[in-house]
Amino acid sequence: MWWPEFGRFQRTWDPWREMQRIQREMDRLISRATIPYSQDFPAIDVWVSENDAIITAEMPGIDPQAIEISLKGDSLSLSGSRSPEELKEGEAYHRQERAHGRFSRSLRLPFQVDPGKVTAKYEKGVLTIDLPRAEEDKPRKIQIKKE
Amino acid sequence: MVNEKQELQTHKKEAPVEAERTRNRRVYIPSVDIIEKKDAIILLADMPGVDENAVNIVLDKNVLTISGTVEVDHHKGYDLSYAEYGVGDYERAFTLSEGIDQDKIEATVTNGVLRLILPKAEPLRPKKIEVKAS
Repeated sequence: MWWPEFGRFQRTWDPWREMQRIQREMDRLISRATIPYSQDFPAIDVWVSENDAIITAEMPGIDPQAIEISLKGDSLSLSGSRSPEELKEGEAYHRQERAHGRFSRSLRLPFQVDPGKVTAKYEKGVLTIDLPRAEEDKPRKIQIKKE
Repeated sequence: MVNEKQELQTHKKEAPVEAERTRNRRVYIPSVDIIEKKDAIILLADMPGVDENAVNIVLDKNVLTISGTVEVDHHKGYDLSYAEYGVGDYERAFTLSEGIDQDKIEATVTNGVLRLILPKAEPLRPKKIEVKAS
Protein backbone atom coordinates (compact mmCIF):
# COMPACT_ATOMS: atom_id res chain seq x y z
CA MET A 1 0.00 0.00 0.00
CA TRP A 2 2.61 2.40 1.10
CA TRP A 3 5.64 0.61 -0.37
CA PRO A 4 4.77 1.05 -4.01
CA GLU A 5 4.42 4.67 -3.22
CA PHE A 6 7.84 4.64 -1.66
CA GLY A 7 9.28 2.95 -4.74
CA ARG A 8 8.01 5.74 -6.85
CA PHE A 9 9.27 8.27 -4.36
CA GLN A 10 12.69 6.65 -4.49
CA ARG A 11 13.11 7.30 -8.14
CA THR A 12 12.70 10.98 -7.72
CA TRP A 13 14.67 11.55 -4.55
CA ASP A 14 16.64 8.83 -2.82
CA PRO A 15 18.08 9.98 0.49
CA TRP A 16 20.62 7.13 0.53
CA ARG A 17 21.86 7.92 -2.88
CA GLU A 18 22.03 11.55 -1.89
CA MET A 19 24.07 10.69 1.20
CA GLN A 20 26.44 8.58 -0.84
CA ARG A 21 26.86 11.43 -3.24
CA ILE A 22 27.67 13.81 -0.39
CA GLN A 23 30.12 11.33 1.06
CA ARG A 24 31.86 11.00 -2.30
CA GLU A 25 32.07 14.77 -2.56
CA MET A 26 33.52 14.97 0.93
CA ASP A 27 36.09 12.26 0.20
CA ARG A 28 37.10 14.10 -2.90
CA LEU A 29 37.49 17.37 -1.01
CA ILE A 30 39.40 15.82 1.85
CA SER A 31 41.79 13.86 -0.33
CA ARG A 32 42.59 17.00 -2.25
CA ALA A 33 43.14 19.12 0.82
CA THR A 34 45.51 16.92 2.78
CA ILE A 35 48.46 14.68 2.30
CA PRO A 36 47.79 11.29 3.83
CA TYR A 37 49.74 11.16 7.05
CA SER A 38 50.27 8.67 9.74
CA GLN A 39 49.88 9.63 13.33
CA ASP A 40 53.37 8.41 14.08
CA PHE A 41 55.96 10.85 15.26
CA PRO A 42 58.10 11.99 13.63
CA ALA A 43 56.55 12.34 10.21
CA ILE A 44 59.04 11.18 7.62
CA ASP A 45 59.73 11.66 3.95
CA VAL A 46 61.84 9.13 2.08
CA TRP A 47 63.90 10.06 -0.95
CA VAL A 48 65.39 7.20 -2.93
CA SER A 49 67.93 6.97 -5.70
CA GLU A 50 69.60 3.92 -7.16
CA ASN A 51 72.48 3.89 -4.68
CA ASP A 52 71.21 5.89 -1.80
CA ALA A 53 68.24 6.79 0.35
CA ILE A 54 67.62 9.95 2.32
CA ILE A 55 65.15 10.03 5.16
CA THR A 56 64.05 13.38 6.47
CA ALA A 57 61.96 13.87 9.59
CA GLU A 58 60.49 17.00 11.06
CA MET A 59 61.11 16.97 14.77
CA PRO A 60 61.48 20.51 16.04
CA GLY A 61 62.74 21.33 19.49
CA ILE A 62 64.55 18.11 20.27
CA ASP A 63 68.01 17.95 21.75
CA PRO A 64 70.12 16.29 19.03
CA GLN A 65 72.00 14.34 21.71
CA ALA A 66 68.74 12.73 22.74
CA ILE A 67 67.87 11.35 19.33
CA GLU A 68 68.69 7.69 18.96
CA ILE A 69 69.05 6.18 15.54
CA SER A 70 69.73 2.50 15.19
CA LEU A 71 70.04 0.29 12.22
CA LYS A 72 69.64 -3.44 11.93
CA GLY A 73 69.68 -5.00 8.53
CA ASP A 74 67.17 -3.06 6.53
CA SER A 75 65.22 -1.75 9.47
CA LEU A 76 65.86 1.67 10.92
CA SER A 77 64.52 2.87 14.22
CA LEU A 78 64.28 6.36 15.59
CA SER A 79 63.57 7.25 19.16
CA GLY A 80 63.83 10.11 21.56
CA SER A 81 61.69 12.44 23.53
CA ARG A 82 60.61 16.00 23.72
CA SER A 83 60.18 17.63 27.07
CA PRO A 84 57.56 20.24 27.83
CA GLU A 85 58.38 23.73 29.02
CA GLU A 86 58.91 23.66 32.74
CA LEU A 87 56.46 25.82 34.56
CA LYS A 88 57.12 27.54 37.82
CA GLU A 89 54.44 28.37 40.27
CA GLY A 90 51.99 30.95 39.03
CA GLU A 91 52.70 30.17 35.39
CA ALA A 92 50.09 28.61 33.19
CA TYR A 93 49.46 27.39 29.68
CA HIS A 94 46.98 29.45 27.72
CA ARG A 95 47.33 27.20 24.75
CA GLN A 96 49.14 23.93 24.39
CA GLU A 97 49.26 22.47 20.92
CA ARG A 98 52.83 21.26 20.72
CA ALA A 99 53.07 17.63 21.62
CA HIS A 100 55.64 16.26 23.98
CA GLY A 101 56.61 12.90 25.33
CA ARG A 102 58.51 9.91 24.08
CA PHE A 103 58.49 8.72 20.53
CA SER A 104 59.87 5.75 18.73
CA ARG A 105 59.19 4.33 15.36
CA SER A 106 60.90 2.01 13.00
CA LEU A 107 60.68 1.58 9.32
CA ARG A 108 61.85 -0.82 6.70
CA LEU A 109 64.26 0.51 4.15
CA PRO A 110 63.92 -0.29 0.48
CA PHE A 111 67.34 -1.98 0.45
CA GLN A 112 70.25 -3.19 2.58
CA VAL A 113 72.32 -0.34 3.92
CA ASP A 114 76.03 -0.09 4.65
CA PRO A 115 75.87 0.70 8.38
CA GLY A 116 79.37 2.17 8.44
CA LYS A 117 78.48 4.86 5.94
CA VAL A 118 75.25 6.12 7.43
CA THR A 119 75.35 9.78 8.37
CA ALA A 120 72.78 11.92 10.12
CA LYS A 121 72.44 15.60 10.76
CA TYR A 122 69.93 17.67 12.65
CA GLU A 123 69.42 21.18 11.41
CA LYS A 124 66.62 23.67 12.05
CA GLY A 125 64.53 20.97 13.62
CA VAL A 126 64.78 18.65 10.64
CA LEU A 127 66.62 15.35 10.89
CA THR A 128 68.26 14.11 7.70
CA ILE A 129 69.66 10.60 7.53
CA ASP A 130 71.75 9.59 4.57
CA LEU A 131 71.71 5.85 3.96
CA PRO A 132 74.02 4.55 1.24
CA ARG A 133 73.07 1.23 -0.26
CA ALA A 134 75.31 -1.67 0.64
CA GLU A 135 77.77 -2.58 -2.08
CA GLU A 136 76.65 -6.23 -2.17
CA ASP A 137 73.03 -5.20 -2.49
CA LYS A 138 73.50 -2.96 -5.50
CA PRO A 139 71.98 -4.21 -8.68
CA ARG A 140 74.42 -5.79 -11.10
CA LYS A 141 74.14 -5.45 -14.75
CA ILE A 142 74.35 -8.76 -16.44
CA GLN A 143 76.01 -8.86 -19.77
CA ILE A 144 74.61 -11.15 -22.37
CA LYS A 145 77.35 -13.13 -23.98
CA LYS A 146 77.54 -13.22 -27.69
CA GLU A 147 77.66 -16.63 -29.19
CA MET B 1 48.84 17.08 34.13
CA VAL B 2 51.66 16.20 31.83
CA ASN B 3 51.67 12.59 30.81
CA GLU B 4 55.17 11.41 30.01
CA LYS B 5 53.93 8.34 28.28
CA GLN B 6 51.69 10.26 25.98
CA GLU B 7 52.58 9.45 22.42
CA LEU B 8 53.83 12.26 20.31
CA GLN B 9 51.62 12.82 17.38
CA THR B 10 52.15 14.83 14.32
CA HIS B 11 50.08 16.42 11.73
CA LYS B 12 50.57 19.67 9.99
CA LYS B 13 47.56 21.78 9.32
CA GLU B 14 47.46 23.70 6.14
CA ALA B 15 46.40 27.32 6.40
CA PRO B 16 43.21 28.34 4.64
CA VAL B 17 43.76 30.60 1.68
CA GLU B 18 42.53 34.06 2.55
CA ALA B 19 44.41 36.05 -0.02
CA GLU B 20 46.35 34.64 -2.93
CA ARG B 21 50.02 34.50 -2.21
CA THR B 22 52.74 35.44 -4.60
CA ARG B 23 54.79 32.38 -3.78
CA ASN B 24 53.37 29.15 -5.04
CA ARG B 25 53.91 27.32 -1.81
CA ARG B 26 51.90 25.47 0.73
CA VAL B 27 51.44 27.40 3.93
CA TYR B 28 51.07 25.59 7.23
CA ILE B 29 49.81 26.73 10.58
CA PRO B 30 52.52 26.17 13.18
CA SER B 31 51.52 24.49 16.44
CA VAL B 32 52.05 26.83 19.33
CA ASP B 33 52.24 26.85 23.08
CA ILE B 34 51.41 30.06 24.88
CA ILE B 35 52.51 30.36 28.45
CA GLU B 36 51.76 33.16 30.81
CA LYS B 37 54.55 34.02 33.18
CA LYS B 38 54.64 36.68 35.83
CA ASP B 39 56.15 39.40 33.71
CA ALA B 40 55.85 38.05 30.19
CA ILE B 41 53.91 35.90 27.79
CA ILE B 42 55.97 33.19 26.10
CA LEU B 43 54.99 31.92 22.69
CA LEU B 44 56.60 28.77 21.31
CA ALA B 45 55.96 27.79 17.73
CA ASP B 46 57.08 24.63 15.92
CA MET B 47 58.52 25.69 12.62
CA PRO B 48 60.84 22.95 11.40
CA GLY B 49 63.07 24.09 8.56
CA VAL B 50 63.09 27.71 9.69
CA ASP B 51 66.13 29.49 11.11
CA GLU B 52 66.55 32.94 12.62
CA ASN B 53 67.05 34.53 9.21
CA ALA B 54 63.89 33.11 7.71
CA VAL B 55 61.43 34.13 10.35
CA ASN B 56 59.35 37.27 10.23
CA ILE B 57 57.47 38.76 13.14
CA VAL B 58 55.16 41.70 12.65
CA LEU B 59 53.16 43.40 15.35
CA ASP B 60 50.54 45.71 13.94
CA LYS B 61 48.38 47.27 16.63
CA ASN B 62 47.30 44.20 18.53
CA VAL B 63 47.77 41.63 15.81
CA LEU B 64 50.95 39.61 16.01
CA THR B 65 51.80 37.75 12.83
CA ILE B 66 54.55 35.18 12.74
CA SER B 67 55.70 33.75 9.48
CA GLY B 68 58.62 31.68 8.33
CA THR B 69 59.92 30.69 4.95
CA VAL B 70 61.39 27.28 4.31
CA GLU B 71 63.90 26.46 1.65
CA VAL B 72 62.52 23.40 -0.07
CA ASP B 73 65.23 20.83 -0.55
CA HIS B 74 64.48 18.80 -3.65
CA HIS B 75 67.20 16.24 -3.28
CA LYS B 76 68.63 16.13 -6.76
CA GLY B 77 68.77 12.75 -8.38
CA TYR B 78 66.38 11.30 -5.81
CA ASP B 79 62.73 10.48 -6.08
CA LEU B 80 60.37 11.16 -3.23
CA SER B 81 59.14 7.62 -2.77
CA TYR B 82 57.19 8.07 0.44
CA ALA B 83 55.88 11.22 2.07
CA GLU B 84 54.09 11.80 5.34
CA TYR B 85 54.59 15.51 5.53
CA GLY B 86 54.67 18.37 3.11
CA VAL B 87 57.17 21.15 3.14
CA GLY B 88 56.04 24.74 3.02
CA ASP B 89 56.03 28.08 4.72
CA TYR B 90 54.40 28.90 8.02
CA GLU B 91 52.08 31.67 8.98
CA ARG B 92 49.83 32.41 11.91
CA ALA B 93 48.36 35.51 13.48
CA PHE B 94 47.33 36.17 17.06
CA THR B 95 45.38 38.96 18.64
CA LEU B 96 47.18 40.13 21.72
CA SER B 97 45.60 41.73 24.66
CA GLU B 98 46.61 45.27 25.44
CA GLY B 99 49.57 45.75 27.62
CA ILE B 100 52.43 44.12 25.79
CA ASP B 101 55.58 46.18 25.84
CA GLN B 102 56.03 46.21 22.10
CA ASP B 103 59.58 47.53 22.12
CA LYS B 104 60.90 44.75 24.26
CA ILE B 105 59.68 41.72 22.34
CA GLU B 106 62.44 39.17 21.94
CA ALA B 107 62.57 36.32 19.48
CA THR B 108 64.93 33.39 19.10
CA VAL B 109 64.87 30.29 16.94
CA THR B 110 66.51 27.07 18.08
CA ASN B 111 66.16 23.68 16.47
CA GLY B 112 63.19 24.85 14.45
CA VAL B 113 61.27 26.24 17.40
CA LEU B 114 60.49 29.94 17.55
CA ARG B 115 60.47 31.37 21.02
CA LEU B 116 58.88 34.77 21.48
CA ILE B 117 59.04 36.63 24.73
CA LEU B 118 56.33 39.25 24.98
CA PRO B 119 56.98 41.30 28.10
CA LYS B 120 53.99 42.73 29.89
CA ALA B 121 53.86 46.48 30.10
CA GLU B 122 54.73 47.91 33.50
CA PRO B 123 51.24 48.84 34.76
CA LEU B 124 49.97 45.31 34.17
CA ARG B 125 52.57 43.54 36.23
CA PRO B 126 51.14 42.34 39.49
CA LYS B 127 51.96 44.54 42.37
CA LYS B 128 52.14 43.29 45.83
CA ILE B 129 50.64 45.63 48.32
CA GLU B 130 52.22 45.57 51.67
CA VAL B 131 49.88 45.75 54.57
CA LYS B 132 51.27 47.98 57.21
CA ALA B 133 50.78 47.20 60.79
CA SER B 134 48.89 49.96 62.46
